[in-house]
Amino acid sequence: MHESGDMIQLLNSEGERTANPEWDAYLGDVDADMLRQFYRDMFYTRRFDKEATALQRQGQLALWVPLRGQEAAQIGAGRATKPQDYLFPTYREHGVALTRNVDFPQMLRLFRGISNGGWDPRDNNFHMYTMVLAAQVPHATGYAMATKMDEADFSPEKRAADGTAVMAFFGDGASSEGDVHESMVFAASFNAPLVFFCQNNQWAISVPVEVQAKVPISQRAQGYGFPGIRVDGNDVLAVLAVTRWALERARTGQGPTFIEAYTYRMSAHTTADDPTKYRLDSEEASWIDRDPLVRLEKHLRDNGLGDEAFFEDVSRGADEMAHRVRQEAMAFPVPRLEQLFDNVYAGAHPLIQAELKQHLEYEAGFLDRPESDNTDGGAH
Amino acid sequence: MTTMTIAKAITNGLAKVLESNPKSVLIGEDIGKLGGVYRVTEGLQAKFGATRVIDSPLAESGIVGTSIGMSLRGYMPIAEIQFDGFVFPAYNQITTQLAKMRSRAEGRFGAPVVIRIPYGGGIGSVEHHSESPEALFAHTAGLRIITPSNANDAYWMIQQAATCGDPVIFFEPKRRYWLKGEVDLENPAPDAFRAQVVREGNDATIVTYGPLVPVALAAAEASLEDGRSVEVIDLRSISPIDFDAIAESVEKTGRLIVTHEAPTFGGIGGEIASRIAERCFHSLEAPVIRVGGYHMPYPISKVEDQYLPDIDKVLDALDRSFAY
Repeated sequence: MHESGDMIQLLNSEGERTANPEWDAYLGDVDADMLRQFYRDMFYTRRFDKEATALQRQGQLALWVPLRGQEAAQIGAGRATKPQDYLFPTYREHGVALTRNVDFPQMLRLFRGISNGGWDPRDNNFHMYTMVLAAQVPHATGYAMATKMDEADFSPEKRAADGTAVMAFFGDGASSEGDVHESMVFAASFNAPLVFFCQNNQWAISVPVEVQAKVPISQRAQGYGFPGIRVDGNDVLAVLAVTRWALERARTGQGPTFIEAYTYRMSAHTTADDPTKYRLDSEEASWIDRDPLVRLEKHLRDNGLGDEAFFEDVSRGADEMAHRVRQEAMAFPVPRLEQLFDNVYAGAHPLIQAELKQHLEYEAGFLDRPESDNTDGGAH
Repeated sequence: MTTMTIAKAITNGLAKVLESNPKSVLIGEDIGKLGGVYRVTEGLQAKFGATRVIDSPLAESGIVGTSIGMSLRGYMPIAEIQFDGFVFPAYNQITTQLAKMRSRAEGRFGAPVVIRIPYGGGIGSVEHHSESPEALFAHTAGLRIITPSNANDAYWMIQQAATCGDPVIFFEPKRRYWLKGEVDLENPAPDAFRAQVVREGNDATIVTYGPLVPVALAAAEASLEDGRSVEVIDLRSISPIDFDAIAESVEKTGRLIVTHEAPTFGGIGGEIASRIAERCFHSLEAPVIRVGGYHMPYPISKVEDQYLPDIDKVLDALDRSFAY
């Protein structure tokens, strides 16, 4: 079941809801409030992305990884999860982070050069970003294997209700990495409660997906012995339904699922990238019509689910959020190098101790040792 | 006290870890029913079950990567890589992920995974079955690297690795797996991250670890004929290195030979030579001399005896030291 290359879509480009009894069964609780919440999530995510991009352009961030165009894939997937689920992102999952209540400014600490992590993953079961492509996917697999051990004595009912599912987020480019392959082998072998969530945004920096995959990426799952499914990643409802289905499979002991969310990165790979060198204006234009946020807005307006006051409120709230993000990001204290010595090992380590002492003695030799500077992000 | 081989001492040490920590798991290829290609995990799956002693698919990155994931969930995985030369598919996971987890988490948590790797030559095998890649890992901050040379250390050091809170690479000197020794099951061996003087002497110091400890001891014994009293230090820990123990010895003897199977160039011996030269400059009667492998891929087994440091090569190094 669900193993073809066909794409699941429940909200078309015109914002029209298309009936699909099989998938609608996963959307029974989706009411007007929830739809408005999804819109707000997606709008805030895009506004955050815009603010972070601006901060990078102003020299306040070393780098930024935009996600414009992928909001529906991320909000739909994130809103399908339960609090006990544990999610492993790559580095572009700012929308998923929002759904896990990671405070937006914390997302910038990595890019501002203040931390190589940024938040405590244990607070919201949302792991730190991983810069090495696909490296987090085997972590997700091992984590899922461990949850299964933890919940070995759960009854089927308890597992279905309270069981932990794990999600691994990665892109079409990362799907070429061996770690994704090995993870799919392990996940299948150990029937891990894991959802592979591949956002196919069509481009691995400048390399198109056609160079990475000769068949829909979702079809790869068949070779590992579990379902793969392609969903319209710009349709928040379809993504929600499909992810709920996959998480339910995980929670009920049916093992891993592979979801390919078919979407489009509407902006650059990172702020260091120039997509005009490798893709055509006509391609970008063709995706503007499929903009996930515009699509949901049409749906809300056409069905009387959101009035002008609502949209104004969302816009104003997003601006306030962006202002707060900017203020807080600029105020992050910059740790001194000596603080980093503490985080290399758990136990005492003579080399670390010797090098810290050497460093402090060297620093003490300067009469005008500067205090930690809270406003300058350092040498970006 | 009881006598056992190094391999059996590791088996028994692993059993102690599995008994004392219900969250500990072993994972690796062929470690379950077969008991590992060297039988180091023999009997453990039968005793602790297939969820504690996990036969994994053949995928080194997957073995280490899933171990990291299990540790993030609160488990204590001890992973086995079948041979030294096969660790490289997992090199990315070990160096970019395992070693860095604690620093990325700003000290909130780490990934205390132990990775067991049989290493070193002298077993007459084919390529990628005889290598000594310890320096490649020692260069990466965040990892601890230890290697036992005798059964007592093997029994205790694997247990110390599993409780130290940091990721540890546990290199097992495979050509010494069958070396028997006494194991004190009651009194723990000294801290795994400290060196030990395994033979006292006054005229020169040999520092080594793992498979070459018996070679160094034999060379020291042979030196008696030349009237030389040679001290031998078993490093035990390759990261961190116990420079205090080495310096203390060198300040007494004035001469230092460092020997390991890994290529001399860029190896651990160079790090020791440099640090000791800086620290003990006025105590040294001669430059620190290294005895290691050549800058070539580990050689074909028919000539590996010409490559590996042996008693004669170590005695030659001592002669060169005393010639100053």
